[in-house]
Amino acid sequence: MSQPSTEPMIEARAVEKWYPNGFHALRGADLTVNRGEVVVIMGPSGSGKSTFIRTFNALEDFQKGQISVDGIALSNDLRNIDAVRREVGMVFQQFNLFPHLSVLENLTLAPVLVRGRPRAEVEGQARRLLERVGIAEQAEKFPGQLSGGQQQRVAIARALCMEPRILLFDEPTSALDPEMVREVLEVMQALANEDITMVVVTHEVKFARHVAHRVVLMSEGVVVEEAAPEVFFTNPSHQRTRRFLDQIL
Amino acid sequence: MAALLRRIRRELFPTRGDAVLSVALLGLITLAGFGFLHWALFQARWLVIQANATLFAVGRYPIEQQWRLWLLLWLLVAATGLSWGVLRSHPRRDRTGALWPRNDRLAAVLLGVVGLWVPWALGLDLSLQSRWWGLVILLLLVRWLAGRFGRRFGSLGPRLVALTWPVLYLLGMVLISGGLGLVSVSPSEWGGLLLTLLEASFAILLCFPLGVLLALGRRSELPLLRWGSVLYIEFIRGAPLITLLFLGQNILGFLLPGGLAPERVWRAAWVLTFFAAAYLAEAVRAGLAAVPGGQFEAARSLGLSYPQTLAKVVLPQAMRVALPAMVGQFISLLQDTTLLSLIGLMELLGTARTVMANPAFLGKNAEVYLTLAVLFWCCCAALGLGSRALERRLDPQTVPSST
Repeated sequence: MSQPSTEPMIEARAVEKWYPNGFHALRGADLTVNRGEVVVIMGPSGSGKSTFIRTFNALEDFQKGQISVDGIALSNDLRNIDAVRREVGMVFQQFNLFPHLSVLENLTLAPVLVRGRPRAEVEGQARRLLERVGIAEQAEKFPGQLSGGQQQRVAIARALCMEPRILLFDEPTSALDPEMVREVLEVMQALANEDITMVVVTHEVKFARHVAHRVVLMSEGVVVEEAAPEVFFTNPSHQRTRRFLDQIL
Repeated sequence: MAALLRRIRRELFPTRGDAVLSVALLGLITLAGFGFLHWALFQARWLVIQANATLFAVGRYPIEQQWRLWLLLWLLVAATGLSWGVLRSHPRRDRTGALWPRNDRLAAVLLGVVGLWVPWALGLDLSLQSRWWGLVILLLLVRWLAGRFGRRFGSLGPRLVALTWPVLYLLGMVLISGGLGLVSVSPSEWGGLLLTLLEASFAILLCFPLGVLLALGRRSELPLLRWGSVLYIEFIRGAPLITLLFLGQNILGFLLPGGLAPERVWRAAWVLTFFAAAYLAEAVRAGLAAVPGGQFEAARSLGLSYPQTLAKVVLPQAMRVALPAMVGQFISLLQDTTLLSLIGLMELLGTARTVMANPAFLGKNAEVYLTLAVLFWCCCAALGLGSRALERRLDPQTVPSST
């Protein structure tokens, strides 16, 4: 496992968010993620973990606190938001592939459109990425013709094709049949060994134990515990973490 | 033969009750069919159609200028053959494409028969008859050539072909109305099928972008835009078209910049456009609602801007869902053009009414109305067939990836 640096890529300070219906989803959440680090966020459902990582690429707004990503402060300035989104890739629970485009077009759409790179060059890169996630032979198919595990691997390759410095995973294996979880986790594990910064919301304990540099527990909109995985799973310092672990282990 | 008998027996006479029903229905159908055939072949006087064929086709368009319409027709036919052939030579990548699938062979035969029979049945001059045969031959020839050699131009072919249509539409406008050195023909002299198709195509082409904008406006987060769209859509949908048509004749002159609606024909075309746009907006809105929110989020998280997200991700999916409803809208728009006869335009129905008012053809209403019905049916069937082909082409043979 490569060792992360101490240069912060994501810094979130006292982030608070209310949904339009008044629900107080984040109540002062703090987190710092360093370059090259793999951080797993765990927590019961409704604890705000998905909302929290979705604020990192401005898919959710927030009302109080500060977030800066790769040195760019997130604000309501649209230019900042676009700049941040180009640096941050995201993988969703429901894959969210574009069903009207082929697998290859799913990968090439954004680099060609947003970065203005030549199509031929992007296609070459896209095919290499598909090979890396083990589905090179599916490039011409449409997403609906693939299994869930294959779709999620395409989604990862699609995010990587933008060459992001940060990858966010929002419960990437929760919508998958059990036998397909492993193929996706293996791809993620291979990624973790590279320079890319990853923040992963997941319930996969094995992944957290063996791949994460740090594991974070969120509860009721705040970060309760932050520890190295061996400490987190064997000797957590908070009662809340112990209760959570009792429920899932 | 035995298999056929068995099948008839299985499908028509499985039980005693079904058998009675089948016989009764068959009897009714035969009776009605014979009655109709007897009327059409022996009693009906088709002279009213034969004598007024030109009037039904183009109204009072000046005879010495009609070569322009013929030229346009030749161009349209060539463009149709070209598009047809090029489409067949570029099958979707996941399908094997036969150059002449069964439906195409059937269509070619049907076109040949209709192209030979109709001009003859109308009793046209031999010179005119031969022009129609020439048109059919041109269509099939271009279709064959484009299918045979279309692949040589690679992916450029379909794009060029798609470009010919807007160019041809503008050229057609010039040919019909004059300008660029051609004698101008006033819109009040256009009529018949020409005017019907012109009004319908104008409204269909323009209501499409307008409807999409209204649908987006209705979903917008800006209150002014949203309420403006809602107000517009609900007002237009709440008023009968005929009222709007009369209203348009009176007030459109003040609402639109001077040059845009100088003639009754154009005012009516704009009213049809604004009317259809409101309905189309609702169809598009249903399509937009069918695109999961995750699609939007995925596109935005990849860094696509809002317009890029709409153009490349959301609208293509929404259009596929909205297409059947939109085509239904276009078909009823085509039929709604008959209302223009009530504000005094000489489109198909208006022409028919002047023909029936002619003392020489008194009492020949059935023949005229039947011809009109068949003409409209042909136009609507063409729209329907085109849309189904488009639907098949847009369908990636998939279930949506996200729920």
